[in-house]
Amino acid sequence: MEERKLTCIGCPLGCLITVTIENNEITGITGNTCKRGEIYAGKEVTNPTRIVTSSVEVTGGTKPIVSVKTASDIPKGKIFEVMKSLKGITVAAPVRIKDVILADAAGTGVSIIATKNVEKIEIGD
Amino acid sequence: MMDVIIIGAGVVGCAIARELSRHEGEFMVLEKAADVCEGTSKANSAIIHGGYDAAPGTAKARFNVRGNAMMDALSKDLDIPFRRIGSLVIQTRSQEKEALLSLLNRGGRNGVKDLRILEKDELFSMEPNLSEDAERALFCASGSIVCPFHMTIALAENAVQNGTAFSLSTRVLSVKRKDSCYVVETDRGEFETRAVINAAGVWSDVFHNQVSEKKLSIIPRKGEYLLFDKSAGSHVSHIIFQLPGKMGKGVLVTPTIHGNLLAGPTAMEIPDPEGVNTTSEGLAELKERAMQSIRDLPFSSVITSFAGVRAHEAGGDFVVGEAVDAPGFFDAAGIESPGLSSAPAIGEYLAGLVAKRLSLPEKKNFISTRKGIRNPSSLSMEERNLLIREKPAYGNMICRCEMISEGEILDAIHRPLGAKSLDAVKRRTRAGMGRCQGGFCSPRVMELLERELSTDALSLTKAGGGSFLLTGRNKDDMGKEASHDTT
Amino acid sequence: MTRHDLIIIGGGPAGLAAAISAREAGIEDILILERDKELGGILNQCIHNGFGLHTFQEELTGPEYAARFIEKAQVLSIPYLLNTMVMNISGDRTVTAMNRTDGFFTLEAGAIILAMGCRERPRGALNIPGFRPAGIYSAGTAQRLVNMEGFMPGKEVVILGSGDIGLIMARRLTLEGAHVKVVAELMPYSGGLKRNIVQCLEDFSIPLKLSHTVVDIEGKERVKAVTIARVGPDRKPVAGSEERIPCDTLLLSCGLIPENELSRSAGVAISPVTSGPVVNESLETSVPGIFACGNVLHVHDLVDYVSEEAAQAGRAAANLLLGGRKPAGRPVRVLTKNGVRYTVPSEIRPASMEETCTIRFRVGDVYRNKSIALWLGGKKVYSKKRPIMAPGEMEQVILKKEDLIKETDLAEITVSLEEG
Repeated sequence: MEERKLTCIGCPLGCLITVTIENNEITGITGNTCKRGEIYAGKEVTNPTRIVTSSVEVTGGTKPIVSVKTASDIPKGKIFEVMKSLKGITVAAPVRIKDVILADAAGTGVSIIATKNVEKIEIGD
Repeated sequence: MMDVIIIGAGVVGCAIARELSRHEGEFMVLEKAADVCEGTSKANSAIIHGGYDAAPGTAKARFNVRGNAMMDALSKDLDIPFRRIGSLVIQTRSQEKEALLSLLNRGGRNGVKDLRILEKDELFSMEPNLSEDAERALFCASGSIVCPFHMTIALAENAVQNGTAFSLSTRVLSVKRKDSCYVVETDRGEFETRAVINAAGVWSDVFHNQVSEKKLSIIPRKGEYLLFDKSAGSHVSHIIFQLPGKMGKGVLVTPTIHGNLLAGPTAMEIPDPEGVNTTSEGLAELKERAMQSIRDLPFSSVITSFAGVRAHEAGGDFVVGEAVDAPGFFDAAGIESPGLSSAPAIGEYLAGLVAKRLSLPEKKNFISTRKGIRNPSSLSMEERNLLIREKPAYGNMICRCEMISEGEILDAIHRPLGAKSLDAVKRRTRAGMGRCQGGFCSPRVMELLERELSTDALSLTKAGGGSFLLTGRNKDDMGKEASHDTT
Repeated sequence: MTRHDLIIIGGGPAGLAAAISAREAGIEDILILERDKELGGILNQCIHNGFGLHTFQEELTGPEYAARFIEKAQVLSIPYLLNTMVMNISGDRTVTAMNRTDGFFTLEAGAIILAMGCRERPRGALNIPGFRPAGIYSAGTAQRLVNMEGFMPGKEVVILGSGDIGLIMARRLTLEGAHVKVVAELMPYSGGLKRNIVQCLEDFSIPLKLSHTVVDIEGKERVKAVTIARVGPDRKPVAGSEERIPCDTLLLSCGLIPENELSRSAGVAISPVTSGPVVNESLETSVPGIFACGNVLHVHDLVDYVSEEAAQAGRAAANLLLGGRKPAGRPVRVLTKNGVRYTVPSEIRPASMEETCTIRFRVGDVYRNKSIALWLGGKKVYSKKRPIMAPGEMEQVILKKEDLIKETDLAEITVSLEEG
């Protein structure tokens, strides 16, 4: 039997939730004070995921960098691998929101997309 | 071979350089910091004292009174922000009137004019925010406020205009006598010179003692200050002193020339001549003492605190003149308060002494005036529009707290001894000196420095040397921390 | 002098939402004055996600949230000037501004909406002793450097203050390759959202030290170390609890201050509690025709509420300009009680009110199992149980016009925390 303790993020209460796991199955969730806590804890223990945001360099743009994010959640354990996959990546302006910057980041199957528009620098600008 | 090397580009060194540049000769100022005005000159009360405080007959008394008298012309010639707002020394109920009368008497003997005693009614009509304990005061009409940065920079720039060389980021390692001249060894090579002027502030005893057997001993004395937002700038309208004590003039509260309110200094003897850190004890003491003379000080609008170290010489007086056993070696040592007030007079005196000693003829084409960075807020709307049309950078606001435009910052970067660091821009233009303390404008000033100096952002500093502002680009250090725990 | 019906000072989330709602309410002649080189304000540097859950029912990053409003403003062809600094606003609604191309100019406005946002509390205001080397940044300045310019402010970082910007920057810097050693918080609780504590600190094993502060900064050129110490209930450092932490950077995330220098120049009355203008139900300040919304009014924690509040300011300004304003009548003051620090608005004129009015407020401490109660005079019209309330999270209560008009000769409205 394994016990995992975590803080609920649902509200400022921050309930300390204990999840008991046996043979990879959740057998108990205690410490939460509402249903949201139970759902959160279940997900966080079996399949914790996060959106990762960062930026990459832009060439020929009105801004030096463009902000990006994973198009959907990625496994929490893959955060640093996804960040590493962005190292050294540059994109050419113009960049539009939702443009794919990197497909299948770090083998997650999730692409990295732009979250900001960056215009191309005009000659004489 | 140089004629004169001045060690130190504080207000004293720069005042000497400016006065010396009235003469023909090869002059150089050596400064270890990356800018002028980096030591005691940048962290003091920003006051030009009347001169009633120093004991009659001392160098302090003499140079203070003369320095104060020089300021009207000097501030006009060199475009230095300066205002005679008058000072008050407050005597409280529990203090003796005698102490105030003795100051009045001392002032008279020092040659200070415009001194008089104010009784309570008049006092409070002038300064309604004085503590209720205030009983009477010594009023000195010639007490003034000045911008110490602008004063030092103006003197330095004018010296440059007149041909004086400044070697910044140059640390003097030693001064040695060689035949009838001196060898000044620095971290950038050796210089031979006919005369040396030692204006090295808290380090002035070190260089003096290398050439003279009549030893000096500088005891660093730290003073801590609190600077308030401009919203508190009119809390008092004169320089408010307390009756002087053993360690100096006590805590003063004053408007600054730029409209803020300043309180300080404390006085603490410290071992480190560059120990310009503030301390929680010092700041707490400062608050308590400031409240003894002023009521309702709005401490919630303090925008920054800082500390300066004053060069107190064991003998208690300024040491100004040629070392008796080292001909050609001149001291301006132990220049603590009233050093800023005395600097112009020390400059005048020492430059005169050295010029006479080396028989340096007067320059025929001496440029006596210098213009500061143009201040657009003093212009009319029409003039300002004309300026922006001519130089659109003046229409691009960079520092929103102090309302400083790109035009002023470009001027600061490109003038003689131009700004190369964030602090250098700040002291010349006030960008970053306001209530947000550079939070908004620092990245923008950094961009301008990078562009105008054609440098890389990563080499930009706060104040030269190793004070780098940035440590790399995003993701440069990624993966160095091998195992982040993300389970 | 050029005249515009409505001038909006600031093109961040508040200014944009106000402009859009005013246009939708029928105001044609609008001008937004923005000091930065693009619209969107502080959202441009908030590249993390978590914005827009209330407004768009999806989780967006700051720039994406801003883009939704910018695009809408462009579809509506709302005019704006960038790189334009407003230098002064006077009580008669004359606006003096400046930029590179138009120089120094004045505009006249039928109504003005203040939407200038806020600034960070600097080190000096925090009274942190020590040296003043390079490497001390407010969290927002560091955020701009990293997220908009691609530069790292440091490698080994200590963060003082656990407000959301500080927490967000702890994660950002960690992801970009820095080592965040600790987040110290003066108060016994964090000022940030629980979600940020978990996802920005716990995810990366960054310790959060509550009831701690920085008592010394070392380093003459660049930060070399900071010393943190535990504080007692009086928030003063406890002797002997000092811990020296070698680092090259100190980030400060110690509170935001509404930026009201322009408001003051117009003679707008400022609340000492919020540091923002005192406003009525229409979000109108003490100067008629000048409205305020967003972080210049009071510091928000969610941009969704900024947009909502700003839209209300836009409608109110439109209402005034279109002559739809009824005689205002006597204002009723909104009083605060039992831990409610302030309310926005702080007075209500029943005749001028929309069908409902959102009264936003913050509490002064952490409260458990209390109710938020709304009293009209001696009559409680609303009560809602809250298991927990904290100073870091804005609370709200909805005042209904139908309740209000039933009360004649109402002396005051009270928002209070009550037992059970």
